[in-house]
Amino acid sequence: MSVLYVMVPVALVIAAGAVVAFIRAARAGQFDDLETPAYRMLPDDDGARRKG
Amino acid sequence: MSIASSHPQVRLGAARASGRSLCSHCALPVPDGLVREGGAEQFCCHGCEAAYRVIDSCGLREYYRLLERSGGEVGPAKETGRGYSEYDDPTFHALYCRVLAGGLSSTELLLEGVHCAACVWLVEKLPRVVPGVVEARLDLRRAAVTVVFDPSRVALSRVVRTLDTLGYPAHPARGMGGDRAREARRREDRRMLVKTAVAGACAGNIMLLYFALYAGMFEGIEPGIERMFRWAAMGLNAVCLAWPGMVFARSALAAIRTRTVHLDVPIAMGLYLGGAWGTWKTVSGGTGVGDIYFDSISTLVFFLLIGRFVQQRQQRSASDALELLFSLTPAVARRVGEDGAVTEVPTEALSTGEVVEVRAGDSVPVDGVIESGRTSIDASMLTGESRPVRAEMGERVAAGTVNLASTIRVRTEATGEGTRIGRLMRMVEEASRRRAAIVRLADRWGKWLLWVLLALAGVTLGIWWRDGVHVAVDRAVALLIATCPCGLGLATPLAMTVAIGRAARRGILIKGGDAIQTLAGPGAAGTVVLDKTGTLTMGRLSVVWWRGAEWARGLVAAVEAGSSHPAGRAMARDLAGPGMDATVAMEVVQHAGRAGTGIEGVVNGRRVVVGTLALMRSRWVEVGAEMDRGGREALLDALSPVYCAVEGRCVAVAALGDAERPEAAAAIDQIRARGWKVRVLSGDHPDVVSATARRLGLGSEDCFAGVSPEEKLDFVRSLAERERVVMVGDGVNDAAALAAATVGVAVRGGAEASLAAADVSLGREGLGPLVELLEGSRRTMRAIHWTIATSLGYNVVAAALSMAGLISPLWAAIIMPASSFTVVAICLRTGAFRGPVNGGVRP
Repeated sequence: MSVLYVMVPVALVIAAGAVVAFIRAARAGQFDDLETPAYRMLPDDDGARRKG
Repeated sequence: MSIASSHPQVRLGAARASGRSLCSHCALPVPDGLVREGGAEQFCCHGCEAAYRVIDSCGLREYYRLLERSGGEVGPAKETGRGYSEYDDPTFHALYCRVLAGGLSSTELLLEGVHCAACVWLVEKLPRVVPGVVEARLDLRRAAVTVVFDPSRVALSRVVRTLDTLGYPAHPARGMGGDRAREARRREDRRMLVKTAVAGACAGNIMLLYFALYAGMFEGIEPGIERMFRWAAMGLNAVCLAWPGMVFARSALAAIRTRTVHLDVPIAMGLYLGGAWGTWKTVSGGTGVGDIYFDSISTLVFFLLIGRFVQQRQQRSASDALELLFSLTPAVARRVGEDGAVTEVPTEALSTGEVVEVRAGDSVPVDGVIESGRTSIDASMLTGESRPVRAEMGERVAAGTVNLASTIRVRTEATGEGTRIGRLMRMVEEASRRRAAIVRLADRWGKWLLWVLLALAGVTLGIWWRDGVHVAVDRAVALLIATCPCGLGLATPLAMTVAIGRAARRGILIKGGDAIQTLAGPGAAGTVVLDKTGTLTMGRLSVVWWRGAEWARGLVAAVEAGSSHPAGRAMARDLAGPGMDATVAMEVVQHAGRAGTGIEGVVNGRRVVVGTLALMRSRWVEVGAEMDRGGREALLDALSPVYCAVEGRCVAVAALGDAERPEAAAAIDQIRARGWKVRVLSGDHPDVVSATARRLGLGSEDCFAGVSPEEKLDFVRSLAERERVVMVGDGVNDAAALAAATVGVAVRGGAEASLAAADVSLGREGLGPLVELLEGSRRTMRAIHWTIATSLGYNVVAAALSMAGLISPLWAAIIMPASSFTVVAICLRTGAFRGPVNGGVRP
């Protein structure tokens, strides 16, 4: 079971990475508008891709 | 806003069945005079046709299909026809545009009239409509579009004019307190989201660690591994308390400093005492240290922050609605210097006494007096009256109104927040910042909850003192954590948000939780004040019958053709039927509208006077016995008599009426069944009002007729001192009364200003939504009371268990989320604002 002494810290570091990624996304404004994207997933006739 | 019955395509189908033509753009009936025989496309107005042409020519017909699918509804495209030349001004670009790489510019515009998925689609297709626009992205909640364009290929004014044609008048996004305040608000929102996320991550990871620890309790666990898990949990918990948890610590400290104990104090006490005691035990104890509640503490922080986040977003959306209103006043003004030279300056730079020039098509930037020039002004934003008002030298004009006809010069009296629109917005902003009284109620309970918890903790210490200090403190801390009023903090904001969100989807926009609370109360001391016209009735006059000389019809129609009074329009429409070609040849020589009393003119050399009995008398018109009887008959029928005189003799009486809405009587019964008193205020003729009231089952003592807007305000204000008053108005002249009422309800189609002044605005016509609102509010409040009772119940159980020493971290970890989930479940399961959309009133 001594592998846990390595695995638990590794798991926590991975979790911290996910949190950091989320914080960066939030600070970049990706969660500012939580309403409009729900309306945006309507068919795009000409297949033009929007830049994020 | 899924309103099945008003669906454009549904309406289209219904109209085809009835043989009437509907506008190809907005699906409203096309006036008879504009119907094109055999045409596939019909338009109700020039604006709709222009919008349709743009959409059609760019291959965007898909819009109408999306509109149908999303259940959205488009109003007539009211093209303002403004030039928007200020958008090409270097001052404007410096103020509101950002220069991007590659020679591109970006600007943010607030749009009127965006409300559904089809709008998002159409606005974001802007690059296809206007070459030179690179990208358009819409934020639906704020009604703000960010446009990236190439200034060398397209002028910004053309972009804005296109949006205007499509029915979305645009304004530069200025917001309350300017760019910096908005940026600050946005950053605050992001910080809150980040805190909630960090708390969630901590809580989730601690939960995983504790799963292992709980399993270890039953299956056995290696001491070293147990110690590592505890230290890891302690570290995560420290992060949770030191970062997201500080929200509560700061709030509690502030409360203690100002000696106003609220709910955050017992919350912070439980969190931090628990955290500190757990940390001390982990650090000092080694293995077998007994009960540590890191999992419960971090979960508490997470759940409580969700409640805060939801509440903050709800308040934000109320203030976002104001942003558009604030942007209605122009950003750039033309200042006239001492030497007469005109320079463009930001509106903020103007001061009292300075003269500004307002060109035709521009908005007036300040409140002031016209120095020179005469024009007509569109003040619909303030008054809701879409008819232009004439403005002469020496008359006052208000900021935000639109100068329609010709250039005027205005001497500034007030700017910015000092203007009428500015004051109005501040008033509305204050109202939206007001927290729901029920939230304050939870805060009041926080006070005695604190003392009860402290007393219970003391008792627990006393009970367990004989088993040693360690055990006693353990039990007391367990009590403080387990009884942390989490559900109480979560319940109200969540229930309010659920209700407001659901109501919004049904076309009922509620600005704040306190409106719900006021509306929900038992009606023993409450009055619903209804406006008659448009609320109880269809709001549209028509000539019900005509008595007297048939040949006079054409003459009257000719005179009324120039009238903009609703009665005049109704008569012009209804009297000039087929076979009335004679009217075309007639020419109105002299024309004088007499506001509220009638109209007179000369048609084919004959003097025609149309109006009230009082007007007849003042014009020395002889009203014969037969006509007098006709007029009285009309009054008995609850119709307004309009006397028509030709060459000084009254020859006919027209009876004008406004039919009641079919659901009005049932709705009034249901409002009364909830204990509300119903009063009707109307500016109409007393007999008309009381006859309408009689048919709706209202006593004449409940009706007040001939009331001016000022009297309405006085009436509502004096009533509001004694009891709760719900004022329902269409907002044309009711804005002040709406603001004075305990809860102001604005009905669809009102002025932008009255929508802002009201606490609730109804997006559907008639009284159905009002009944729905009352019922929904009642259910929401019942749900809130249930959630508070439930969470208090859980706390009592938890307190009893921990005082008896029966609670363990495992039990706490089960009971506390259970309490929160029960609260969430109750909030989501309420019947508030559910069921079929027109189910509010049983016909």
